[in-house]
Amino acid sequence: MPRYAMAIDTKRCVGCADCVVACQTENNVPLGYCRDWIVQEMTGSFPDLFLEIRSERCNHCEDAPCVRTCPTGASHIAEGGIVLVTHEECIGCKACISSCPYDARYVHPEGYVDKCTFCIHRVREGENPACVSVCPTHAMIFGDLEDENSEISIALRTRKHKALIPEAGTKPHVYYLL
Amino acid sequence: MKEIQITSGRMNPGIDPVLHAWGWEIPLYLFIGGLVAGILFFSALFYLRNEGEKYKAAVKIAPLFAPPLLAIGLFALFLDLSHKLYFWRLYTTIRLESPMSWGAWTLMLVFPLSVLWALPFLRELYPGFLKNCKLANLLTEWAQKFAKPIAWAFIFLSIILGMYTGILLSAFNARPFWNTSILGPLFLVSGFSTGTAFIILLSKDHHERQLFSKIDMGLIATEIFLIIHMFMGFLASTQVHEDAAKLFLGGPYTAIFWTFVFTLGLVVPLIVELMEWRGRKIPIAIPALLVLMGGIILRFIVVDAGQSSRWLYRFMK
Repeated sequence: MPRYAMAIDTKRCVGCADCVVACQTENNVPLGYCRDWIVQEMTGSFPDLFLEIRSERCNHCEDAPCVRTCPTGASHIAEGGIVLVTHEECIGCKACISSCPYDARYVHPEGYVDKCTFCIHRVREGENPACVSVCPTHAMIFGDLEDENSEISIALRTRKHKALIPEAGTKPHVYYLL
Repeated sequence: MKEIQITSGRMNPGIDPVLHAWGWEIPLYLFIGGLVAGILFFSALFYLRNEGEKYKAAVKIAPLFAPPLLAIGLFALFLDLSHKLYFWRLYTTIRLESPMSWGAWTLMLVFPLSVLWALPFLRELYPGFLKNCKLANLLTEWAQKFAKPIAWAFIFLSIILGMYTGILLSAFNARPFWNTSILGPLFLVSGFSTGTAFIILLSKDHHERQLFSKIDMGLIATEIFLIIHMFMGFLASTQVHEDAAKLFLGGPYTAIFWTFVFTLGLVVPLIVELMEWRGRKIPIAIPALLVLMGGIILRFIVVDAGQSSRWLYRFMK
């Protein structure tokens, strides 16, 4: 049973937003919406400044509150731990939108709730998600945490890393290599 | 210094700059849910105490309003859905971890039961109502036969209905302002309080109005206690919760909440009801209407404030 996760190397990410555009193209994201976004965090005091650039998205949490609060089960955990929404089961109650601490979901103009799917249609064919494929600095790694020899498992073992607001209690699976 | 920017731009409609997933439909439904829970609870309670004749408005008249109120509430919920054609999916499954699912099924039970409950009382008021309809006669007979079990069911179901509206909001841990277990009891007590206010408005009997006034005083005092403890809890909690509480303690919601909900909706009715108990003559409609107004504004503010509170990127105004 694979357990998919993503790691973004903050030392390589330049904030070009290719991942944002690639995702919108690959998944026909409606104009004005985005499934992933770039955050720049600057700390310190001039001239001792430190910049961290991150590409953020749905964290496909293990203890996903969006799955827990969905009244119809449209929001569910599919293979590899990827959180998906079954469009025909979604009633658009927006409980999941209120449940996500990362504000990763949005209401699609067609009425159902949508978000990053880790490009499961590509993953099933053995390819990487669109964002990972286009990253010009190879800052993004996607893989199976259950496979100890996968690039992501090695990266998480050998590099210092963090996840966003782990105290929200959702056990996210998008990591940032520091 | 710590400066955070979303440089690729994120302006998902309804999510940014501030979450706006729920508009007026949900607070209206929450108010109606609480009101109906109060009405049905007191109707069932005094029926079981065999005081139906003594407290006519509470036991017999108020429940007549429950089915139409619930219908309005359910319609508001339907209007809120963004994928309306699929609303029936709600009833193809029950998900025990989703308070929304409990709510949907509780309403599924409460709505028909409230119609059954109201039928005999409607017949008492209007003896000719649907006299020739076989179904209506059959249902009224059933309702009279099973009145006691239905009443017991209502004691239980109305508490669930009143409380689940608060538990629903508090289950969304991503919205720090809602993330307090006090919200469940608060909405329950507020719902019962609006129920007593409604009964007071309907009642023509002095003793009944006095009794419900006293019950309402107790409920309002409890509500005040819960609200104060809710804020105390937030201020003693994590950073995100403190920021959520600050929305009401100097932030954008300060004036409306403390004036309209706390003072006009809770403290003033409490004082007026106390004065009435002591013998001063004040039209009883005043505290009752203020309580109802306070109840609905409370829900509008809580739903709005919860959506204004979030974990990440709180700089987006």
